[in-house]
Amino acid sequence: FMRVSTRKCPRPGGDMQWCFSQVKGAIDDDVAEADIISTVEFNHTGELLATGDKGGRVVIFQQEIENKNQPQFRSEYNVYSTFQSHEPEFDYLKSLEIEEKINKIRWLPQKNAAQFLLSTNDKTIKLWKISERDKRPEGYNLKEEDGRYKDPNTITGLRVPVLIPMDLMVEASPRRVFANAHTYHINSISVNSDDETYLSADDLRINLWNLEITDRSFNIVDIKPANMEELTEVITAAEFHPLQCNTFVYSSSKGTIRLCDMRASALCDKHSKLFEEPEDPSNRSFFSEIISSISDVKFSHNGRYMMTRDYLSVKIWDLNMENRPVETYQVHEYLRSKLCSLYENDCIFDKFECCWNGDDSVVMTGSYNNFFRMFDRGQRRDMTLEASRENSKPMQVLKPRKVCAGGKRKKDEISVDSLDFNKKILHTAWHPQDNIIAVATTNNLYIFQDKVN
Amino acid sequence: MAGADGDDSLYPIAVLIDELRNEDVQLRLNSIKKLSTIALALGVERTRTELLPFLTDTIYDEDEVLLALAEQLGNFTMLVGGPEYVHCLLPPLESLATVEETVVRDKAVESLRKISQEHSPVDLEVHFEPLVKRLASGDWFTSRTSACGLFSVCYPRVSSTVKAEIRQHFRTLCSDDTPMVRRAAASKLGEFAKVLELDYVKSDIISLFTALASDEQDSVRLLAVEACVSIATLLPQEDLESLVMPTLRQAAEDKSWRVRYMVADKFSELQKAVGPEITKNDLVPAFQNLLKDCEAEVRAAAANKVKEFCENLPEDNREQIIMTHILPCVKELVSDTNQHVKSALASVIMGLSTILGKDNTIEHLLPLFLAQLKDECPEVRLNIISNLDCVNEVIGIRQLSQSLLPAIVELAEDAKWRVRLAIIEYMPLLAGQLGVEFFDEKLNTLCMAWLIDHVYAIREAATCNLMKLVEKFGAEWAQNTIVPKVLGMANDPNYLHRMTTLFCINALSEACGQDITTKQMLPVVLKMSNDQVANVRFNVAKSLQKIGPVLDSNALQTEVKPVLEKLATDTDMDVKYFAQEAISVLVLA
Repeated sequence: FMRVSTRKCPRPGGDMQWCFSQVKGAIDDDVAEADIISTVEFNHTGELLATGDKGGRVVIFQQEIENKNQPQFRSEYNVYSTFQSHEPEFDYLKSLEIEEKINKIRWLPQKNAAQFLLSTNDKTIKLWKISERDKRPEGYNLKEEDGRYKDPNTITGLRVPVLIPMDLMVEASPRRVFANAHTYHINSISVNSDDETYLSADDLRINLWNLEITDRSFNIVDIKPANMEELTEVITAAEFHPLQCNTFVYSSSKGTIRLCDMRASALCDKHSKLFEEPEDPSNRSFFSEIISSISDVKFSHNGRYMMTRDYLSVKIWDLNMENRPVETYQVHEYLRSKLCSLYENDCIFDKFECCWNGDDSVVMTGSYNNFFRMFDRGQRRDMTLEASRENSKPMQVLKPRKVCAGGKRKKDEISVDSLDFNKKILHTAWHPQDNIIAVATTNNLYIFQDKVN
Repeated sequence: MAGADGDDSLYPIAVLIDELRNEDVQLRLNSIKKLSTIALALGVERTRTELLPFLTDTIYDEDEVLLALAEQLGNFTMLVGGPEYVHCLLPPLESLATVEETVVRDKAVESLRKISQEHSPVDLEVHFEPLVKRLASGDWFTSRTSACGLFSVCYPRVSSTVKAEIRQHFRTLCSDDTPMVRRAAASKLGEFAKVLELDYVKSDIISLFTALASDEQDSVRLLAVEACVSIATLLPQEDLESLVMPTLRQAAEDKSWRVRYMVADKFSELQKAVGPEITKNDLVPAFQNLLKDCEAEVRAAAANKVKEFCENLPEDNREQIIMTHILPCVKELVSDTNQHVKSALASVIMGLSTILGKDNTIEHLLPLFLAQLKDECPEVRLNIISNLDCVNEVIGIRQLSQSLLPAIVELAEDAKWRVRLAIIEYMPLLAGQLGVEFFDEKLNTLCMAWLIDHVYAIREAATCNLMKLVEKFGAEWAQNTIVPKVLGMANDPNYLHRMTTLFCINALSEACGQDITTKQMLPVVLKMSNDQVANVRFNVAKSLQKIGPVLDSNALQTEVKPVLEKLATDTDMDVKYFAQEAISVLVLA
């Protein structure tokens, strides 16, 4: 549950600079498939940061307590818990392999001293509890502490075990498994602000679950046509409104976003709002439909706006205006002339995600060549930064990057043709209050923060 | 056996205590369930000073262990030294009341409520009430939700100063930031209102109720509907209109279908709580609207309540209200677009005939029943058929039988086997209502056809159905109508049908009695012992075992025994096994 930050976020435009803080993951260029990061998510306080990978693992990092004496070294994130969330499976009825890859992680609002998160692969959603233990019981009646049995005839009295302090142990335990509700691949999960339900979306359907009930879910959206040959559109992402428990949106492969009101009826097949921008005829091409497909949708923290990411741009929509976005930011417009080769190498189907900063003034999303982009909404400024091992000295300031789209390349510019399309940043996350960001390159997690003067 | 210095009576207790921390959940659970034995052995003092502190910190365990622990502690008062020391149980229950698992929390709250009664008034203020306050102002919402269930048990027994504090805490939780807590408060609102002085109900509870009923989250608003019932029962009739009805009217027209659904679902309770006058003026139109709601879930919930609502209408003008206000809506629901709505209605609509009497039933309800009997959805037809008895009492079943038959036949031949199964299960009831003559003429063929259904579950149900029919119509009827057909199947080329003969014999022999079983059934069974399919042969052995007790001892010795002996030397392993089993059960060896 969002707690509104009272801290003022310094604006990243103007004089703000980003500097390197940490990098996690192996250094070798040889990337193991299982180590590829597939999702990144801060919890509601920003104290914990979770990543999921293709190997089905979840790694949770915890922010160390801030060191008051050295304000320039802000607290670092260190591994708090690592666990295997999903295992590869095989669907014998359909002869299909089910990958263990974690598609999404969502934290639950904190309800007691433990932390809870939902993780999902293509088919199954799991609720995990991450809790701490710092005491252990001591004292047996019938055996020694090391396990050797005592002679039962020597018992002269009863001994109740006592709890004694021990080194902190973090345990992750699966609490619920929500399975068998999705025929297609789950692309999104989203926790409702009512604290008791969440939704899960696959290509054609959205289901509503109670967090405590695993054997039943309600189908709230179903766009599967009676005849699958008539299929023209799939659901690409879905999210609940951060404050209104009855409102959710889902985006489609045709570039539209539908907003549904669960109060109106039990089945939300009829949307209450449809957000769609008329296509620009001058830009129409063979690739128009592919690149207009929305890969991510995120509500702003205040619930007034939502942001969508398509292949080339980020759009901000005001929930009260359906006919066009209020802001559009080009992420890598220079790729428009390269769509043909991006289609051939399948990059055009990459699903980039996007995120808001704590006070909704800046948005961030990824690109190729390990570049990521930030757009300052108030100042209409944008910035390209790079996550790379070369810039990984502590507190090193990141130099803004520039891609030269053609013509004469200036010093410090990178030509479009030399971009590495195998290095892509699909997943990024912004700390809910502070200017700390987590950026996932293929198998490394970079943490950057604003430079504190 | 006692050792030199050991005490072997301690051994079982020592095992139980050690298993409190065993790695196997089942063993831990077992120990927790015997916690009273441990406590008894330790004595009250050590239970208080050693066992309870240990249990207070064991909240890391699995849910089922914690659940058992929470339950045990509710019955622990004597084991800690009686009411004087009951407050020692508060720390472990307090920590259990903050775990994330709802069932455990609820159990902890239940136990806390239980032991609150064992606190003296002084202890209640010194120990229990501070715990409620701590939970109510806890950082995490799990603890605040648990607090909601504890106010009502301490309120009646504390001083007026503390009462004021409790009311304040409850108010705070009703406007908590977290919807989970507001929901917990809303669901305990009625219970809390019951223990409050009437003046405070009017001043405090009504404003909280109004606020919760207009909460921004519909998941909270819908719980206010339930509170509405309890609050309305507490208030004098003259206050209902001004204090409760505005909220109830608002809920019945809420923008969210879930809230309207809740109103429909609780309609009978609401009706009883507000009394006949308000029902006539307000609830009748509200109910009409719910029956016409745009959301099918709401219409279905309301349709489910039609009979109860009508039954509970004030008798003086019940018939007039039903005929002019309710029946027109019901008529529309019969042709609703949603099958759940129609099927909900079909499960209660027959009940209206007893309320409206013979003439109204024939004139107004019968056309509806007949329409529903022809509904495209099998569940609707089934629900009508399953409630035939209500109509039978009022107008006799003949009025319906002409339409009933095609409906039954169609269900009996439905492509979905679950539908066929459902109608088979109503057959004995129908046979009873329609009488033997009608049955023989129209339904007997159906019952026999099910015996050769291609789904085993149907053949099995059909067999069981025959037995129930024989119990109803008697052995003579069986001998004339059923037995010949069943025995005829023994020569069927399909071995599954031949086995059905055996299954029918198993089911019927007892109801048909010794004479029919020995003279007609036994020869067929014995003949089948030469069947070439082993499955048939071992079922012969099983059948002989089953009908053996019905046969006379002569037939057993001279006819059954040789056949079983032969089967016991069969080449097939299973045939041998079942033949031997039959021989030993029938004591023929």
